[in-house]
Amino acid sequence: MSAGVGVELDDVWVRFGDFVAVREANVNIKGGEFFSFLGPSGCGKTTILRAISGFLEPSEGTVSIGGANMAGIGPNKRPTALIFQNLALFPLMTVWENISFSMEVKGAGKKERRHRADELLELIALADQGEKMVHELSGGQRQRVAIARALCAQPDVLLLDEPLSALDLKLRQHMRTELRAIQQQVGITFIYITHDQGEALTMSDNVAVMRDGVIEQVADGQAIYDDPATPFVASFVGENNVLSGKVTALSKNVATVDTNLGKLRARVATAVQGGLNTGDRAMLFVRPEAVGIVETGSRGGNKISATVVTEEFEGSNYHVFMETAAGEPLKMSLVNKGQSRASATGTKLTVTFDADRAVALPVGALASE
Amino acid sequence: MNPVTVLRKFFDRHGLFVGGYLLAAVTFWMLMMIILPQLTMLDFSFRDNLPPSKVGGPEDVYTMANYTFLVFGSPGNPEPFNVVDLSVFGRTILAAVFVTVFDFMICYPIAYFLAQVARGGVARLVVLSLVVPFWVNELLRAFAFKILFGASGVINTFIVTIGLVDQPVDFIKADIALYAGLGYAYILLMIFPIYNAIESLDKNQIEAARDLGSPWWRIHWRIVMPFAKPGITSGCTMVFMLSAGALAAPQILGGPSSLWFTQLIYQWFNTGGNWPRGSAYAIVLLASCIIFVLLMMRLFKVKLGEIGR
Repeated sequence: MSAGVGVELDDVWVRFGDFVAVREANVNIKGGEFFSFLGPSGCGKTTILRAISGFLEPSEGTVSIGGANMAGIGPNKRPTALIFQNLALFPLMTVWENISFSMEVKGAGKKERRHRADELLELIALADQGEKMVHELSGGQRQRVAIARALCAQPDVLLLDEPLSALDLKLRQHMRTELRAIQQQVGITFIYITHDQGEALTMSDNVAVMRDGVIEQVADGQAIYDDPATPFVASFVGENNVLSGKVTALSKNVATVDTNLGKLRARVATAVQGGLNTGDRAMLFVRPEAVGIVETGSRGGNKISATVVTEEFEGSNYHVFMETAAGEPLKMSLVNKGQSRASATGTKLTVTFDADRAVALPVGALASE
Repeated sequence: MNPVTVLRKFFDRHGLFVGGYLLAAVTFWMLMMIILPQLTMLDFSFRDNLPPSKVGGPEDVYTMANYTFLVFGSPGNPEPFNVVDLSVFGRTILAAVFVTVFDFMICYPIAYFLAQVARGGVARLVVLSLVVPFWVNELLRAFAFKILFGASGVINTFIVTIGLVDQPVDFIKADIALYAGLGYAYILLMIFPIYNAIESLDKNQIEAARDLGSPWWRIHWRIVMPFAKPGITSGCTMVFMLSAGALAAPQILGGPSSLWFTQLIYQWFNTGGNWPRGSAYAIVLLASCIIFVLLMMRLFKVKLGEIGR
């Protein structure tokens, strides 16, 4: 299999009247990559997908697929196939007719279409279901039929618009693994739209996080999670405790931030290194799992006194919700190793986190819950 | 479920007053307005045309004479069949089919545009401009068409002036005026059922087909039309039935040589003074139309229940 066909967005703007849906999008998606656009609803991710699939033309900038400028080329002529959020399977056709519709369009004979549909049904583990109508299938099966229908068109790029959002949790997790496996098997570029960070992080090679039409960060899942470029990314992807203050010192990319809980040290995010200076207002982000209880006798490090408000037991983790001396909420997640849970409401704790596992960023907008 | 439980549930749900009204109104409508008059007509059609004094007398018996007349003509008819009346019948059905197909071809694009393409203001404007002309009386509209298509009418004046033809075209004699008038008369009955059906079609279906490489005509053929089939059937049925049963438009716009079957019925009832024969002709028209529609529905695989959707 070749390296696959890449997709490039060069300075793409999309405007609807006065409203700017996408602002200066520059993304280079490599061939054969599983790439996700992640963001809350209304952030412009679906607009980007429609610009790639050809259902709308960008107001400015160019979309290239495999190096070819797609301006003026309709969705039926692009080497892309789109999987819709509601799947949009054809209810009046059988499963196999659905799958082979793209071949019917090209004038392929019935025998040939049926043969290809059966091959794809095999791939999606639905052999012998070809004669059924779509409404006779379960949600997960329909999902797979939609994938097969798109793959049957032999696209270079498969576009997926939140196709898992209608499924229940178990099935969704299962379909993630399956999607990833199918992508690796067929080797084509997948572009995936989602508001679910879990989906984006588990499946993707790279993720673009969007807010209000702007791409805030493009990186692999780990970098998005551990080294966010903006406060929005830090607060949208996963959970984060936020502490704000003023930078009082910088050394080797570690910032000392003077918060209302005292001076705390955190690593300066890679994206803003050199851009965050002493005296700047900063936000400090600490993941709940990076917070731990101070063991007696440990020295130095970031220390915060807090009072336990409530505790949740989730099976693999305990989540301890605390209130700091300044009245701000602080969450700590501890792995369940069978230890006794001693933190009853009102217990006073001293907690800590490594400067290395906290990120300092210039003040910016947070994701709203 | 037995009828008593059904009735009880019906009253439980709607209350005594509303339930009672609905039941009474529908029963009255069905019985008094539809079933009884048609039954009377059916009964009439099997009787001889007797003077009032002999009604109920020994000569008042059931007979097939009126139906035989339609098929074979009067006893002294030299032809094997009643060629005149039967050919009028056949021509009426054919013309009604033609009007239906013609209306469908005009109305489907409009219905699609209204349901899937047009938004807000434009859609309202189109609907308004479709509906408002129907405030004009049917007879007036027919006469207006007659003037429009007449030898010195607007259309003839125009095409003669621009030199398209040397002599005015006799649109009336060629039945063009009639087809145009009939087609126009039932436009709304075709547009709205189709519009209703297409409106509930998920836009993503159309986009999905397009994304899979489909040209526009195949999207309509494979996605939109199958989905709108109940609406299309409903519209075509109404237009066909009403065209076949139209009287005013053929009377006013029809050429001198082309009779519509309803005109024959009208003549038997009115100038002929033979109600039983008129009834027989009307029953034949009604039954043929119903059978024809059911056959078409079988052919296009539509179930009767789908029309009501």
